[in-house]
Amino acid sequence: MSSIDSREGALPGGPVMVALAGNPNTGKSTLFNGLTGMKQHTGNWAGKTVAYARGRYRYRGKDYILVDLPGSYSLLASSAEEEVARDFICFGQPHVTVVVTDATCLERNLNLVLQILEITARVVLCVNLIDEAERKGIGLDLPELSRTLGVPVVGTDARKGRGLGQLQEAVRRVAGGELVLKPPILTYSQLVEKAVAMIEPAVQELAPDYLSSRWVSLRMLDGGEKFNRSISKFLNAAPAQSEALAGKVAAASGFLEEKSGKSASDLIVSAIFARAESIAGEVITISPGRADGWDRRLDRIFTSRRLGIPVMLALLGLIFWITITGANYPSELLATALFWVEGHLQALFKAVGAPAWLEGLFVNGVYRTLAWVVSVMLPPMAIFFPLFTFLEDLGYLPRVAFNLDSFFRRAGAHGKQALTMCMGFGCNAAGVIACRIIDSPRERLIAMLTNNFVPCNGRFPLLIVLASIFLGYRGGIFRSLSAAAVILLVVVLGVMITLLVSKILSRTLLKGLPSTFALELPPYRRPQLGRILVRSFIDRTLFVLGRAVIVAAPAGLVIWLMANVKIGAFSALEGSARFLEPFGALLGMDGYIIISFLLGLPANEIVIPLMIMSYLASGSLLDLGSLGQLQALLLDNGWTWLTAICVILFSLNHFPCGTTLLTIYRETRNFGWTAAAFLIPTLTGVLICFIVATTARLLGLP
Amino acid sequence: MGDEPIPLHRLPVGCCGRVFEMRINDVARRRMLDLGLTFNTEVVALQQSPSGDPTAYFIRGAVIALRSQDASQILITPVKSG
Repeated sequence: MSSIDSREGALPGGPVMVALAGNPNTGKSTLFNGLTGMKQHTGNWAGKTVAYARGRYRYRGKDYILVDLPGSYSLLASSAEEEVARDFICFGQPHVTVVVTDATCLERNLNLVLQILEITARVVLCVNLIDEAERKGIGLDLPELSRTLGVPVVGTDARKGRGLGQLQEAVRRVAGGELVLKPPILTYSQLVEKAVAMIEPAVQELAPDYLSSRWVSLRMLDGGEKFNRSISKFLNAAPAQSEALAGKVAAASGFLEEKSGKSASDLIVSAIFARAESIAGEVITISPGRADGWDRRLDRIFTSRRLGIPVMLALLGLIFWITITGANYPSELLATALFWVEGHLQALFKAVGAPAWLEGLFVNGVYRTLAWVVSVMLPPMAIFFPLFTFLEDLGYLPRVAFNLDSFFRRAGAHGKQALTMCMGFGCNAAGVIACRIIDSPRERLIAMLTNNFVPCNGRFPLLIVLASIFLGYRGGIFRSLSAAAVILLVVVLGVMITLLVSKILSRTLLKGLPSTFALELPPYRRPQLGRILVRSFIDRTLFVLGRAVIVAAPAGLVIWLMANVKIGAFSALEGSARFLEPFGALLGMDGYIIISFLLGLPANEIVIPLMIMSYLASGSLLDLGSLGQLQALLLDNGWTWLTAICVILFSLNHFPCGTTLLTIYRETRNFGWTAAAFLIPTLTGVLICFIVATTARLLGLP
Repeated sequence: MGDEPIPLHRLPVGCCGRVFEMRINDVARRRMLDLGLTFNTEVVALQQSPSGDPTAYFIRGAVIALRSQDASQILITPVKSG
């Protein structure tokens, strides 16, 4: 039955639906961005695309809708991502499916290609990362591959935009039915073919036209329970018919197992891989000399027994040190410029005769908060993010997961939790979403509940600023080095707390054993400096800054109002601060800091600006400016190094921001777990700060 | 080397073997199959992580890290590397 081609020529005037499928790590998201001009965040590790993104592009007068499916190794297994991809290709009936493969690892990728070709012939094979393959001396005969598979094959280098035009052209021709696609039918051993013949007639009666009955029969033999559930929604079967079919399937599987001693899925998967192996043998030539020599050499350093973890800490420490050292000077420059503007704004308000409260509200309230946010946060972010993106682009993060896995194993957690943790460095909400790459619900919950223990983009500026002001030891280079060491310690502490809390959770609320997992260590990729700079600046620095500005402006207004509205003897701000003072003091902080953390719930970015604003608004109005003046302001308000440490610790361990909490609720659909995600880090923070503050006081330290 | 099958996690780093049998079922088996660990597939032990577990293996052109507890379920026949 050639049901696949039933929609031949049936393209209406509407847009062409193109599905983008592929193994993880094949550069699918980069290709998606290249084609649609969208900025989906990409990273060199498995599981970046956790739900599917849609984008559009126009080519030769026609609109195309591109659906980026989650990366998967197969369509047969049972992870949520694979299910999404499979259901879309089977039942979403895209006009064309583009399968993206990694040129450096074609054989393994062919497994998925062959599986998709069994569902639909309307496929364009995109062999991406063709430049990496060339560099590694891997030769690919793409015309031969195209002849063997019976579909168009296009070599691309999505990062440089190479081959995208040819890809669009191939998609157009397949969509328009210009190309006659004849992928050869994958044949299995005689036994499997016999088993298929036992059920295919019954399937053919029930399956809708667009599904190949051969494929459906194979999958039913394969016996994925989830697949059978998916498929039953699409079969027009009465319950009695389904039952009769189920009986036939059971009989056929029984026949197979009895005759071969192996399960249907083993036989089917082996046959597909055997085919992939033989195709790979025909089209791939590897020039002598280890093609992956560089990867192995780098891995011997980055994951080495003795050096792996020290190198990891050194790299992270180096990044912090460069950030701290480099951020100082531009910070001062920016502050000077922005506060020069403030002077002129004040003059302007006076010149037009604006009332004092208006000037106070907008200049001292809104503008000043914004100026602080920009001058204090922009420079460290503009240095830190590109450096971190560099490591990400290189493919270093999966090595971190590899190095740290044994700790996670002992904590009863999933190995991929290290990856979701790394995502959390960027943004905890993104980290929580990334937890979908963990299949087992128990381990996924652990990863979600503990993600907040790694400091996100929004919290790093606070750590960097406070560490460089208060925790530098002596002057000169020692100062920045010791500040970097402090931040490194904070991150390590965060990881240790993550492990401890994971362990406690997996012994109590979320009991169970770690599930099977495989972590792919993709080839290192040569980072592209230009792209890193642009991307980390636009996608991260401006994003975080924008969020801070948007939330900080109204927050500055609220703080100014609170400081200027009198309730009884005190302003509203002072009143609340006095009320919270005992609690704050218990934790080594003060009432204003607690207010700032509470008001900072919408976004962690604004905690520092809120502190500054509330100190400024509550009296000691001080000339503003650089980090030096910030230090003076904080010292004026009774800060010591102990205050700084407690604020840093509380920043690491307190409730997740509003966005993250919402995300956790959306992912779990459960108020209880969302509340747990709020309470666990908050209680941890209260406990740690209390212990640190009390110990320091008992020792008479501050 | 002998032909006796050994569990994959016993394969010394730098050595090569062929998949003989997988003693796991259901989802876990499926996952291993999808990585290309089918009968007679060549596997090379590349490197251990700093703590000695997991280990990275070279499987069909890709580098995949497996924990010992999972690798121990996969029996392989060691192959003399040529």
